[in-house]
Amino acid sequence: MLLSVKDLRTYFFTDEGTVKAVDGVDFEIEKGTTLGVVGESGCGKSVTARSIMRLLPKTGRIVSGEILFNLNGQTVDIAKLPKEEMRKIRGRHIAMIFQEPMAAFSPVHTVGDQITEAMMFHFGISKEEAMQKAIETLRRVGIPKPEQMINAYPFEYSGGMRQRAMIAMAISCNPDLLIADEPTTALDVTIQAQVLELLRELQRDYNMAIMMITHNMGVIAEMADHVVVMYLGKILESAPVEELFYNPKHPYTMLLLRSIPVVGKRVERLEVIKGDVPDPRNMPKGCRFHPRCPYLMRDLCDQKEPPTVEVSKDHKVSCFLYGGERDGAS
Amino acid sequence: MALLEVRNLKKYFPIIKRGFTRKIVGYLKAVDDVSFHIEEGETLGLVGESGCGKTTTAKLIMRGIDPTDGQILLTLNNQTIDITKLKEKELRRTGVRRAIQMIFQDPYSSLNPRMTVRDIIAEPLIVNNVAKGKEIDDIVADLLKAVGLRPEYMQRYPHAFSGGQRQRIAIARAIALKPKLVICDEPTSALDVSVQAQIINLLKDLQKDFQLTYLFISHDLGVIEHICDRVAVMYVGKIVELASTEELFSSPKHPYTEALLSAVPKPDPKRKRKKVQLTGEVPDPSNPPQGCHFHPRCPYAKDVCKKSYPPLVNLGNQNHPHLVACHRAHELELEGVNV
Repeated sequence: MLLSVKDLRTYFFTDEGTVKAVDGVDFEIEKGTTLGVVGESGCGKSVTARSIMRLLPKTGRIVSGEILFNLNGQTVDIAKLPKEEMRKIRGRHIAMIFQEPMAAFSPVHTVGDQITEAMMFHFGISKEEAMQKAIETLRRVGIPKPEQMINAYPFEYSGGMRQRAMIAMAISCNPDLLIADEPTTALDVTIQAQVLELLRELQRDYNMAIMMITHNMGVIAEMADHVVVMYLGKILESAPVEELFYNPKHPYTMLLLRSIPVVGKRVERLEVIKGDVPDPRNMPKGCRFHPRCPYLMRDLCDQKEPPTVEVSKDHKVSCFLYGGERDGAS
Repeated sequence: MALLEVRNLKKYFPIIKRGFTRKIVGYLKAVDDVSFHIEEGETLGLVGESGCGKTTTAKLIMRGIDPTDGQILLTLNNQTIDITKLKEKELRRTGVRRAIQMIFQDPYSSLNPRMTVRDIIAEPLIVNNVAKGKEIDDIVADLLKAVGLRPEYMQRYPHAFSGGQRQRIAIARAIALKPKLVICDEPTSALDVSVQAQIINLLKDLQKDFQLTYLFISHDLGVIEHICDRVAVMYVGKIVELASTEELFSSPKHPYTEALLSAVPKPDPKRKRKKVQLTGEVPDPSNPPQGCHFHPRCPYAKDVCKKSYPPLVNLGNQNHPHLVACHRAHELELEGVNV
């Protein structure tokens, strides 16, 4: 196992109270595979990623749980790693790409300077050597004329090319795990298809694991091997990709899959999930989805948190519909 | 009689060289010779990638910006008027302003945070002298009910509402004047996925209840297919294909439409990925390629495509037109999605 996250809790301590952004999350990522993380705004998917990268803002803190990472055969707990040790992992073994490449690049340095910085830091190589490698990486991700583009500034790249350059920066040190946080959300569909294809190729070539964070079920279906569905800081369902799409168990997953208009499948009326995603500062009691759930069981779902039940191999769901009435924690 | 007809609409933005002379060095052809019509009660979809001119087209029809050339004809009470050159006063006098309303993408920026929901929805009623005093509160309450919000919330400010609720408020404001045509510019793109279906269903219900006609702009082909009767595909300022939704999705005739349909990730893990991948990116509209704007990315391009821009021709019949601008449309067998 490359990464296993156990009962991770990341809270934000703000003036308006504590926000439990990630509240007891478990999942694993195998070497060379893709974990899809789906969820809507405020579900904690990005905070989970930033916890793994140890890039939380000042108000956020990992309050408990383990993030076990297999570092060349040795297991380290990222949650408790000193800052200096973490710097050796970040960018080298775990790298991240973001939705907005313009926000990931510094606007005042050339793309080449930014890609080589990490390589020089982690491998202790000279600038010239790093530049050569950076050119190769840019070529690998499909940047035309990399010898010239390496000296260009991020604003001189087009949207799709900038996304490719950010991917090049992330893979420059050949990481074991690439965290991709909504990497194609800001892109047009034809460019999105190109970037997804590139990520698949890179995964194959470098045997790299990918943690793919998105709200787009189509992207999940195309990319993921295993999927976790998050809602308000919790994982509601976790299953292999085919199982999740053809045999969803949690009401939220079922409704979400049915409420999305799918190209090629026109229906008279879309099914809806009633209500809105609640404010994370004011979390519902019991199961977090109960105010919107059509299968709500009064005095149970609105009182106790459902336990996680394994309904079939590798398919876990947190919902009272699948048992666990008495052992649910209040 | 079509409610709206757009003929050869053009909007060229001048590119001005910085400096003392401020010389015009070229034009960005955001909308370049676009023609279409919308029948009363139907929904016409406008799809395309960023920068293709969808929103500029909407702004031109709203008369928010002045077209470079072309005509925008609106039919109200069996009278067709050319609104292209009307002055602001005339737009108001003739009722054009009331007849065309718009819903925007981002309900976080389209509602004034300093106004109560009542004032936001009442503003168009007051500006147009539709109602006065106590009457206004009743109308606002009815509108809130129509969009699925509780009238008690009238005195609250937008910040107290979620994204989906805010979009409902924006919709209530848009339908307050009983418009004929509502332009929806990416109305669900900024919303959470679990809320999008609610807004799409609401728009469909309101269309029936208020006899609305929609121009629906989106880059999400799933949403477009679900809500539209006919669809126009735009690429670099021009319409490249226009047909009924079913026809366009099941048997596209323009290679760009085929590519768009195949590029959408489908939520079905067993589905075989097709390799019709477009290389390259959308060209710069200030300097589009010679000939067909799509030819550098087109897998079917021939010499003729580099030389001249193909005309928009009807490959369907009189009753079911299927317009396409491609030199090779009649000989290509393109793949759609099974509906």
